[in-house]
Amino acid sequence: MTSLPSTTAKKLGLVIDLDTCVGCQACATSCKEWNAQGDSGPLTDTDPQGAHISGPWFNRIHGYEVKEQGRDDSRIVNFPRSCLHCEEPACVTVCPTGASYKRAEDGIVLINPDTCIGCKLCSWACPYGAREYDYTQGVMKKCTLCVDRIYNTNLEPEDQVPACVKACPTGARHFGDLGDETSAVSVLVKERGGYDLLPEMGYKPTNKYLPPRARRETPLAHVEVLPKSSGSPMDKLFAWADKLLSSSSSSQRENVADHSGKLEG
Amino acid sequence: MNPAYSVILFTTASGAGYGLLALLGLAGASHGRASTMGFALTSMGIALALITLGLLSSTFHLGRPERAWRAFSQWRSSWLSREGVLAVATYPLALAFFLTWTGIIDAPTLIAPLGWLMAILCWYSVFCTAMIYASLKTIPAWNSRLTVAGYFVFSAATGSTWLTVIAYCFGRYVPFQSILACAAIISALLVKYIYWRRLDKRMKAFTMANATGLGEGVRQWEVPHTAQNFIMKEMGYAVARNHARKLRRYCLFLLDVAFFLMAFAGDHPWLSFIALPVIMLAAWVERWLFFAQAEHVVGLFYGKPAV
Repeated sequence: MTSLPSTTAKKLGLVIDLDTCVGCQACATSCKEWNAQGDSGPLTDTDPQGAHISGPWFNRIHGYEVKEQGRDDSRIVNFPRSCLHCEEPACVTVCPTGASYKRAEDGIVLINPDTCIGCKLCSWACPYGAREYDYTQGVMKKCTLCVDRIYNTNLEPEDQVPACVKACPTGARHFGDLGDETSAVSVLVKERGGYDLLPEMGYKPTNKYLPPRARRETPLAHVEVLPKSSGSPMDKLFAWADKLLSSSSSSQRENVADHSGKLEG
Repeated sequence: MNPAYSVILFTTASGAGYGLLALLGLAGASHGRASTMGFALTSMGIALALITLGLLSSTFHLGRPERAWRAFSQWRSSWLSREGVLAVATYPLALAFFLTWTGIIDAPTLIAPLGWLMAILCWYSVFCTAMIYASLKTIPAWNSRLTVAGYFVFSAATGSTWLTVIAYCFGRYVPFQSILACAAIISALLVKYIYWRRLDKRMKAFTMANATGLGEGVRQWEVPHTAQNFIMKEMGYAVARNHARKLRRYCLFLLDVAFFLMAFAGDHPWLSFIALPVIMLAAWVERWLFFAQAEHVVGLFYGKPAV
């Protein structure tokens, strides 16, 4: 049924730290690797060995350059983007077949690949680009929050997390119940000012993003400023050497300038 | 958005079919029994053929057409599902109307209620088709009442032109038919003009800065793929501004031509034969632009500064 549950017992989701993400793509590749053989598999690519390889990925990493006001330099923010398991997902309510659904027990948004007709309307309804079409199977695919890992008691307890979270080498991805205010992820969101993507859309995403921390000034930004001379003989020697080298290079530059001037004249 | 031909054919053909069928229902409701069996059979046959062509075409857009029957189940939440349910409900109702309209079942008192019911069902089907698009908050160009108005006026304009042509063939032409077509075509001109004006003038409400939460001064530096992906193919379709402007002009010109042809059809009803392909072509161009010029919010993550 594509009507939404009024509440969900849990709100399982991810918290993504934009400050520590290094854009290594480990989460994306690990996601593809796990899901190619799990419940959503196969995640087939078209033209897999060719120049125009294309296929569904549940997690894609954008890179953004952010130029802050009043600064000459800019910073790079790596930005993983996947399904946000919204509380009010329009992708579910537009589905004509009931293949898309939101689970009442944990809030995970899933697609039943056996009843999906591949009309692609859910991908139109999602502002986050979370749903991708599988051209080989003719159905839509999306992040399952690794529903086949997180409840899988065949795995060690530390492995019962989404593949992307397990793979992240910098600990930039956190998994937990965002409906529980005392959970580690909820505390993290509170402490770091975690935010929703496009809240004005009204889909109430469960996943949260932690903003990059304020920048620290690095000494490298001040290499141009020379230390003042202490007046010691050693400093004077260096100052003399510096002057000698500077003048010779500047006269050399003049020579070059003269030479080129002559060529033109 | 990617202007898929299957969806353009679906919306234009079924729009014309529902427009024609609704008018036949109203004709039955006001005039009673059909004049001849030939007229009833041909007009309803063409209306249902257009609707069927549209519905079949829409299944070509599906990855799994053999499962299309499942789309009738979620009418509580999905406009697409409602559209499907109503489309199928039209057939038995159309058959009941046909049987009473032609007198095969002798129940003249039933013609008017069945005719009205069929017309309302047809209009509600067109409304559902329009709402599939108008309900999407992710596509600001469509998320407007003008989308619904546009689907209605084109359904009426194409449907009434079809009716004029068929009526003329069976010697049943009356000037009211072409007057109706003229009014619908003028409405189509007006609605599309306002729609395009709004599209060009509107403030782009969503920006990359607030979509990513990274503030002003953000721009895409690295893309999340090594080759074109589904999102780019489906939502990233963009038509050159110049081309769009030209196509809009062609569409408005075709509507003008259709209007004048139908205006003179009062004295020369055969002109409606020329007006029919002209108005159908105008509907096709309009629908192509409707898709091609619609920007999707996901573009913000893929480098568009604002949508």
